[in-house]
Amino acid sequence: MTQPGFFDLLSFGPDGWAKALMAGAWMTILIALSGYTIGAIIGTFGAWAKISGGKTLRVAADAYTTVLRGIPDLLVIYLLYFGGSAAITSIGRLFGADGFISFPGFLAGALAVGITSGAQHTEVFRGAFKAVHRGEIEAAIACGMSRSLRFRRIIAPLTLRHALPGLGNVWQVVLKESALVSITGVVELLRQSQIGAGSTGLPFDFYLIAALIYLAISTVSSIAMRQAERHFSRGVRRG
Amino acid sequence: MDWEFTQETFVSLVSALPLTLSLAATAIALGAILALALALARTSGILVLDWFARAYVFVFRGTPLLVQIFLIYYGLSQFPAVRHSIFWPVLRDAYWCAVMALSLNTAAYASEIIRGGLLSVPHGQVEAARASGMPRLMVFRRIVLPLAIRQALPGYGNEMISMIKATSLASIITIMEVTGVAARIISETYRAIEVFVVAGFIYLAINFLLTRLVQLVEFKLSPHLRQPENAAQMAIAGDAR
Repeated sequence: MTQPGFFDLLSFGPDGWAKALMAGAWMTILIALSGYTIGAIIGTFGAWAKISGGKTLRVAADAYTTVLRGIPDLLVIYLLYFGGSAAITSIGRLFGADGFISFPGFLAGALAVGITSGAQHTEVFRGAFKAVHRGEIEAAIACGMSRSLRFRRIIAPLTLRHALPGLGNVWQVVLKESALVSITGVVELLRQSQIGAGSTGLPFDFYLIAALIYLAISTVSSIAMRQAERHFSRGVRRG
Repeated sequence: MDWEFTQETFVSLVSALPLTLSLAATAIALGAILALALALARTSGILVLDWFARAYVFVFRGTPLLVQIFLIYYGLSQFPAVRHSIFWPVLRDAYWCAVMALSLNTAAYASEIIRGGLLSVPHGQVEAARASGMPRLMVFRRIVLPLAIRQALPGYGNEMISMIKATSLASIITIMEVTGVAARIISETYRAIEVFVVAGFIYLAINFLLTRLVQLVEFKLSPHLRQPENAAQMAIAGDAR
């Protein structure tokens, strides 16, 4: 048997892995998007707690960001995947099911990525809010805007504008972090490459392809981010 | 939480700590040398070197570290030429593959931090050194590098913390450092929370100490930014009056 060449692997034919790899890449994007969204929600609350929460909330938010930025992401994935499985198994036992029930890898992965990126989102949002001029908020109050209107029309858009570069960085980190989710058995890009490497005996080719696809996704998203930054700072005059 | 189990876990995890630290220290040291070379290539003004450094940083920052580790550990063994070369004893060893991947990876991030430091050195300082008759190498050694290091240190501290965290990925290629041992205990006992708390505590402790150490070095390197001690005391005395 001859080994398929590098470009045969990339074909859609019977020897080709293109379809499987594309599905893997799509799963990677899905994990990253879900994790990023969860992180953005946590980050919004975290920033709110740090800015205008009481003492308890502030301390809790500080503890959260300090801990999550100091421990490896892999540990968080292990915690959610194995901890989640243990919890589900014991719940299952209550309902009479016996044997081991595993926690869905996708859910564990997305949650883990979300919880770790939430700490970064918190700092990005907090920094961006601080960059909003007090005068803008005072002007909104002076116009008689209510709290929610003020948030919706003034604070949120301005904060988002300042947060965009930071949000772009967090996205890049999340995208790369999603590769760790492969340990839970979710067939995303890296796991799919492992499968391909195992069944063809061509690990170098497969991991190289995976690296190129990651590079392509991150390049496309950084171009999109730059466009978004340009779009949302139309109203800003540059010196 | 079961106290006895927690204690046992702590003992087993701490015994894996030297491996985590040696991975991180070796990778940071090797990475720093490579990073300096890359930063110099990037600021050299020589087009080929500049583009090589740009491409390097783009590739290593744009792909996940785990893919880089797999590419080196599993990927290179695909080639018979590698398996029969004199490097094989090193490339077969998971530890050295992890060190290599971590060093290559941190070099990409660190080179950008160092480049920022190099660019921040005021031109006047270099001109003054040249005017004093220092040769190029001495200008670099005595003026540019110390100033750049001082400027880059806070960013570099963050990168070192990332590296401590990144050593955990070595556990995926069978290295039993702190996360590796933690994963083994979790999969044996399914007591994820206790193990997570203990392992998390160990990583937080390392990173806390590292942060403090960097702050101390930063303090030592910036005596010119502090008021002389007696001047500060005089200011306080002045306020008290």
